[in-house]
Amino acid sequence: MKQFDELSLLDIVNEVKDGDLVGIPADYSGVPMKFTKELIKKGVRDLKLYCLPLTTIQGDMLIGSGCVSEIEAAAVTLGEFGLAPRFSEAVEVGKLKIKDSTCPALHAQLQATEKSVPFMPLRGVIGSDVQKYRKDWQVIENPMKFSGIKDEPVLLLPAVQLDILIFHAPCVDVNGNIQIGRRRELATLAHASKKVFVTTEKILDIDLFEDELSAATCLPALYVDGISVVQNGAWPCALPGVYGADNNEIKKYSIAAKTQKGFEDYMKNYLNN
Amino acid sequence: MIELKREELLISQIADLLINDKHIAVGAASPIPGAAALLAKEEAKQKSKRLRVTILHSNKYNNFTDGARELFDCAAQGRIDTFFLGGVQIDGEANINLVGTGNYKKIQKRFPGSFGSALMYFVVPQIILFREEHSPRTLVDKVDFISAPGHSEENIHRPGGPKFLLTNRALFKFNKQKKRFCLLKIHNEESLKNVINLTGFKFDVDDKVTNMTFPNKTRIEILRNKISYMVSEFYPEFADRVWGV
Repeated sequence: MKQFDELSLLDIVNEVKDGDLVGIPADYSGVPMKFTKELIKKGVRDLKLYCLPLTTIQGDMLIGSGCVSEIEAAAVTLGEFGLAPRFSEAVEVGKLKIKDSTCPALHAQLQATEKSVPFMPLRGVIGSDVQKYRKDWQVIENPMKFSGIKDEPVLLLPAVQLDILIFHAPCVDVNGNIQIGRRRELATLAHASKKVFVTTEKILDIDLFEDELSAATCLPALYVDGISVVQNGAWPCALPGVYGADNNEIKKYSIAAKTQKGFEDYMKNYLNN
Repeated sequence: MIELKREELLISQIADLLINDKHIAVGAASPIPGAAALLAKEEAKQKSKRLRVTILHSNKYNNFTDGARELFDCAAQGRIDTFFLGGVQIDGEANINLVGTGNYKKIQKRFPGSFGSALMYFVVPQIILFREEHSPRTLVDKVDFISAPGHSEENIHRPGGPKFLLTNRALFKFNKQKKRFCLLKIHNEESLKNVINLTGFKFDVDDKVTNMTFPNKTRIEILRNKISYMVSEFYPEFADRVWGV
């Protein structure tokens, strides 16, 4: 019996419901761009993006296409190519709710869900405006007698469980184990998500768990609800270890998306090709 | 004298601040600090000293295997000596703003966000603030949004914080007790008067204020012949613009 469900890309797209809290991988951990393109075509609405810890062109496209009502992130940026223009404008005109965070807090909130505990403490952050505007965060005095500093104020962050996570991976083995290499934040995202779908460049005819060296690079199949083979699935983003980013394309996007009109023209072409 | 690019002079200023480090980490959107860290590593190697560099956006120059959270865990454990932060605005008490200008609830100009600054600023012993643009709109009296505060109350765990601020015109040192910057060096084509005029906050001036140190020939050669190619792996646009590689 096959150890995993091989799906079509559209099957995965149809798993995303309006209003879902969606896990978004950073630009260095396998951005599912072909999936994102189909999601935009479907016209999904009111998504809440949870970025670990940031998003680039993927988040900006979804926002510009009107798919997103809320985003929790430490940054939304096009990196070397400047600001994420659709994101910045949406926040400036008040169309998009942003829960401003900081990278370690985004990790810690998912780590709480990994351990199935209600919250996670974090140092730092206190005294910043990031903390000031997060009414869902709390500060307590360290209640421990023998660890940490007595009465030290410590920030508590709520556990966050995602509705769905989609990411792109280099390869999958015969049993549906996903090769994520050192991008372990993908495992954190997966552990904290109700549903997980993976697009991948290829399915290998080997068992990665047979060798200790490759076993350690996997997200085990038990966390994954379905897999779809999508070649070049991260383009124009990079797939670390497999191919680099298409910087010309991202630059082209960064220029076009400066205005809503330019963005719409770019997307018309992008979605139909 | 060899003609030096502005970026190369800044890289060299930063490299001078890294000579005692064992582990330097470099975060997002930081080609100049990234180049400086790799330069410091290369120079340490020539003196048979081990210096580790972790460039977050690089696969090659990256010591982490436990995912993106490892940077923050590693820093909190005290295993990172120097890290770099920037800011849309930086104020005279070293508060930094990476979020935007104007009132937060009705933001005028939105920037990417706070990244990991709200933890890194607290736990890394030497934070070097780096912002190329030195103007009254970047160096302000008071930031519009505090992504990370320049100083904290006594009861807050804070082994780290700001040590230096480098811009394309000047290098400042931060005095933790006085909560105030002190000008150490100015760019060779810059006057003290102009630096004062273009800085939106008040600061002290060191008795021995000098010009920025010009790198020697060996350093320039390492930078151009070796570091430039390394940088092109993770900041291709920057490497192409500065060195044409």
